[in-house]
Amino acid sequence: MASILRFRKLCYVEPVKFQFFQPQNFDKKEETVATGAKTSLENNEKRNKRQPKERSCVNSCCCVIGYMCTTWWLLLVLYHCLPAAFPGFQVPESPGTRLKREGLTALHPVVLVPGIVTGGLELWEGKPCAEGLFRKRLWGGSFTEVLKRPLCLLEHLALHNETGLDPPGIRLRAVSGLVAADYFAPGYFVWAVLIENLAKIGYEGKNMHMAAYDWRLSFQNTEIRDQTLSRLKSQIELMYVTNGYKKVVVVPHSMGVIYFLHFLKWVETPPPMGGGGGPGWCAKHIKSIMNIGPVFLGVPKAVSNLFSAEAKDMASIRAMDPGVLDSEILRLQALEHVMRVTRTWDSIASLLPKGGETVWGNLDWSPEEGYACDLSKKRYLQASAGDKDTNGSDVKMDFHVKESNKNFWDTRTNRNTNSSCGGEVWTEYDEMCRETIRKIAENKPYTARTALDLLRFVAPKMMQRVDSHLSYGIADNLDDPKYARYKHWSNPLETKLPDAPDIEIYCSYGVGIPTERSYVYKLSPNDRCRSIPFRIDSSVDGDEDSCLSGGVHLTDGDETVPVISAGFMCAKGWRGRTRFNPSGIATFIREYRHKPPASLLEGRGLESGAHVDIMGNFALIEDVLRVAAGATGAEIGGDRVHSDIFRMSDRINLRL
Amino acid sequence: MASIRRRKPVEPSNTSVQKEEEEDEEEEDHSKNKHRRKSDKKSKPKWSCVDNCCWMVGYICVTWWTLLFLYNVMPASLPLYVTEVITGPLPDSPGVKLRKEGLKAKHPVVFVPGIVTAGLELWEGHQCADGLFRKRLWGGTFGEVYKRPLCWVEHMSLDNETGLDPPGIRVRPVCGLVAADYFAPGYFVWAVLIANLARIGYEEKTMYMASYDWRLSFQNTEVRDQTLSRIKSNIELMVEANGGNKAVIIPHSMGVLYFLHFMKWVEAPAPMGAGGGPDWCAKHIKAVVNIGGPFLGVPKAVAGLFSAEARDIAVARAIAPGVLHNGFQTLQHMMRMSRTWDSTMSMIPKGGDTIWGDLDWSPEEGYSPMKRKQRNTDTQKASQDDPETEISQTKRANYGRIISFGKDVAEALSSDIERIDFRDAVKGQSVANTSCRDVWTEYHDMGYGGIKAVAEYKVYTAESMIDLLRFVAPKMMERGSAHFSYGIADYLDDPKYQHYKYWSNPLETKLPNAPEMEIFSLYGVGVPTERSYVYKLSPSAECTIPFQIDTSADEHDEDSCLKGGVYSVDGDETVPVLSSGFMCAKGWRGKTRFNPSGSRTYIREYAHSPPANFLEGRGTQSGAHVDIMGNFALIEDVMRVAAGATGEELGGDQVYSDIFKWSEKINLQL
Repeated sequence: MASILRFRKLCYVEPVKFQFFQPQNFDKKEETVATGAKTSLENNEKRNKRQPKERSCVNSCCCVIGYMCTTWWLLLVLYHCLPAAFPGFQVPESPGTRLKREGLTALHPVVLVPGIVTGGLELWEGKPCAEGLFRKRLWGGSFTEVLKRPLCLLEHLALHNETGLDPPGIRLRAVSGLVAADYFAPGYFVWAVLIENLAKIGYEGKNMHMAAYDWRLSFQNTEIRDQTLSRLKSQIELMYVTNGYKKVVVVPHSMGVIYFLHFLKWVETPPPMGGGGGPGWCAKHIKSIMNIGPVFLGVPKAVSNLFSAEAKDMASIRAMDPGVLDSEILRLQALEHVMRVTRTWDSIASLLPKGGETVWGNLDWSPEEGYACDLSKKRYLQASAGDKDTNGSDVKMDFHVKESNKNFWDTRTNRNTNSSCGGEVWTEYDEMCRETIRKIAENKPYTARTALDLLRFVAPKMMQRVDSHLSYGIADNLDDPKYARYKHWSNPLETKLPDAPDIEIYCSYGVGIPTERSYVYKLSPNDRCRSIPFRIDSSVDGDEDSCLSGGVHLTDGDETVPVISAGFMCAKGWRGRTRFNPSGIATFIREYRHKPPASLLEGRGLESGAHVDIMGNFALIEDVLRVAAGATGAEIGGDRVHSDIFRMSDRINLRL
Repeated sequence: MASIRRRKPVEPSNTSVQKEEEEDEEEEDHSKNKHRRKSDKKSKPKWSCVDNCCWMVGYICVTWWTLLFLYNVMPASLPLYVTEVITGPLPDSPGVKLRKEGLKAKHPVVFVPGIVTAGLELWEGHQCADGLFRKRLWGGTFGEVYKRPLCWVEHMSLDNETGLDPPGIRVRPVCGLVAADYFAPGYFVWAVLIANLARIGYEEKTMYMASYDWRLSFQNTEVRDQTLSRIKSNIELMVEANGGNKAVIIPHSMGVLYFLHFMKWVEAPAPMGAGGGPDWCAKHIKAVVNIGGPFLGVPKAVAGLFSAEARDIAVARAIAPGVLHNGFQTLQHMMRMSRTWDSTMSMIPKGGDTIWGDLDWSPEEGYSPMKRKQRNTDTQKASQDDPETEISQTKRANYGRIISFGKDVAEALSSDIERIDFRDAVKGQSVANTSCRDVWTEYHDMGYGGIKAVAEYKVYTAESMIDLLRFVAPKMMERGSAHFSYGIADYLDDPKYQHYKYWSNPLETKLPNAPEMEIFSLYGVGVPTERSYVYKLSPSAECTIPFQIDTSADEHDEDSCLKGGVYSVDGDETVPVLSSGFMCAKGWRGKTRFNPSGSRTYIREYAHSPPANFLEGRGTQSGAHVDIMGNFALIEDVMRVAAGATGEELGGDQVYSDIFKWSEKINLQL
């Protein structure tokens, strides 16, 4: 579209400009002439007499549009003539340029592992409604298809409800190569800034690899369907060899972190289930793992997403909201469609909080307690956990109201017999009767452990599928042979890190943004069938200092992942030689304090700490570049902590 | 617009002025126009020029939007429907058809794109290329060529001595299927084949585009980018992941030579090769389906290097309108750029006079374009000479003379030509050297003496032409001869043939020891193809390329093969039949010294028939070098092979041209 405009601009701006000057002269002349010669006046009047009639509605419309177009083009021209840099605004030098001057050059090959939703998906085979979209992006890119044929798109994005693989007749595959996740939508960068900076110090296609995978599938299924893990293994081996036997630096982001954790176990496991790389594979091929915004222990957001489809990953919100989710008429229906689709994605379930009550707190206790949200004022005021009479107690009240113990999962779900809800939008809620829904609501609070049971109750089929691929507990005895199964591989609390003492693991994440931690729900007032019976009670609001706003309790984090999930493993779970980290792999925590962009010109900010925007954070990029160029964790400064992560971790009582 | 305005003049009668003015005021109120409100009665505001203009612009905008809207609203099937109404029902695409037959994806497929068709993107550049990071410099819309041509040429050129990156510039091949699916928007290369393969179940895990930097010499792609290692590792991975089904390789154009190089490289021992062992190919490759392969080079490459005039079709079509016709300076920039590309030298005709003919003889002699047309109807029983051809031989073209100076020389008997050897000629000092410094081609070093000597040798055959290139572009050929060789091996076991410069020449290497492997040669026939040239000295000597094709050399006879200074012969518009077919027709057929393990070879020719109307686009039965990638018959063959068919099951050879007859005439020890 822009190109068309530009083309037209080329064609028309010239003549328009040209005629802009003439009329003014013409008008002036007119005024002088009007008082003077009569003949000319008459002539003019003759013209006038006819022309007013022509000014019909259509004409004036055209005229207005014409004006608009002309000004638009003029502005476009001006914009293009604009010097690239504003005089007042100095773009700070990018880390790549600076480090290149310092003499850093590409040393270790780099593997980028994108997270959930940020990778593109393209169509390889589809239903008739998706004709002409072959090898076009259905996910990522401009999302024009969402607006044009939303139902068709959802149908193609959904996976098979029972197998969690392709539905018959539809093949949607991950885009491969660096283009898979450099930009999520035009102008919305994900990896692009990092890639550009890496290129400045000499990286290119041969020593940089984007491990794109179909993020909708469960991790093991990506191998079963697409051999993605084998591909990644072979790429790493290839890069290791072709770059002079230099080990690889892996940079996973968001869900990519647990995907890569899964890979680490998979690659060393013998063939039928694993990659057969042998026990020394990781030690031989991997130098360090720079996790960005890691979701090691899951995110609470995932629960509410699966429960009521309400908290979605921000990327998808930003890209899809304007068109689909916010339209008033379609609103509920749209949410349900989204819910139906997301529930077929096993990967969302991989983000459910892990570690149960030990990590996430039970009814009366949570590791973050005492945290105050008004960061600017009293960030570190509530140091001691015993301080209960400040506004924190308010929060705790809501957290932990305990009712009598009605075990709702003992009540049998009476199948909903009224079939008025046609099967069009199938969510498992249709099969529950109002009675059970009310029972769910009566059992007031749910903790990390009981939330899982809740999900098992409201969405039995989904959870049944998911339970064969994922696990959320804490291992008592890691040597138990049952932990050799792949469902435990992506849970850091149920696996051991590989035997590779030279690897370094970094947890790099942003802090200083309120992040969803727990929710206040209510029954949905709408009794219509096919609607989701629960919704977040957005009317619940705490006072100014509290962490409760719009029905959501907030805590410190990067807008998506709470600090505890991102940092705990590096701060405590793997620190030193523990049972999860038997070979004593060194871990480092690198936190980046969020600072919103100072002005509009900075775009998404150079010091942002938000989950995706952090990929443009210059400090983070510099760290990644230094490590890729050979620096160790100690050389880039060891731990760098702004939050209370160490204190929180200490409070978690986990046997190590 | 015109209609509205024309209607008005008819209406107004000679009623009083006042009445009309009242009407006017009423209307003004309706059309709340501020400009008009302000005005008083005497100086009536009117359609000033601005208004008129804006009105028109608005009108155009509105129609444009309406059209756009209509176009977007239009159901996607409408164009197809219109086409079907006009041309009758379209045949099923091969993918749909074979799917109905029950074919399924079986063997993994590797595409090897040819020269110029694959995209290149910028990874590091000079100041002038700011903002182009990871944008395509080659392929795509070529927008940058228009915007900053000199900057573009600078970035596309390689280092003149090493043949690798110039300092501070890194241009790298695009990777993935997008590298060569479309060359420019709407100009497909591999896209149609990919779409059809996808119909029977192929997807990214079973398809791999082995894109490489086509400007480099083959071995340098490994040295700089490790491209060959990448291909090897990917083939191994795909074979393993697909349950041990061997790969089907589909190289196109120069990719054919590149893959020939790969097959030698992968089995050669470690420092120079990959050390895959002597049975790597046998283990991993099911078939090599060469499309339009210039096994023995193309005469076009000579003209391209000599005077930058005959270029690969794709380039010409895509860039020519904007850049090439701007004058001679552009041509020289092009020449300077393309002479830094080693890969163009891989296409210089190989095999010398034995293959391409000498002064008096050439394998194709007796070919006339008219005959082809007749041949099309009564397919082929043709290896016997019928008397008709003997008659038309009266004025035969001497194809062996690849370059001749002057038309008379091209036709004269060899005994009549006086030639003065140019090889030792003194080049002489060029005075023009200083003035043309910015456009450096090696011609500036030659001076008048050298140029004259070149012209006086009159006629160049395939062999002497290499000497000619060595004479006019010594530095380039020095670089090139380290990477390529153009001869015929007498004794293939000679240890010198283990050097990589011989690997891409089928006449100097043995095929790998893989008796199971099948080699197909698929190419189009029936399009006149450049075979030899008539040159002249260019009239203005300063700062220009001193030679140019004599476009005035023309035969008025309909039968003749000489047009615009170019003798043409049967082929696919770029590669003559001889080059693409000879190895499979004779060089490798059966157990020969070039094919010691007796890998089976098949020739599949596709007769060119131009698209019936413009709705067909580039045609579904085209035989042209690049357009053949959309030929339904070819796609069907490729898909059958990919789904597991052998050459016999396809129907063995399918021949329309005289390739067997011509191959017979070539006297090569096998």
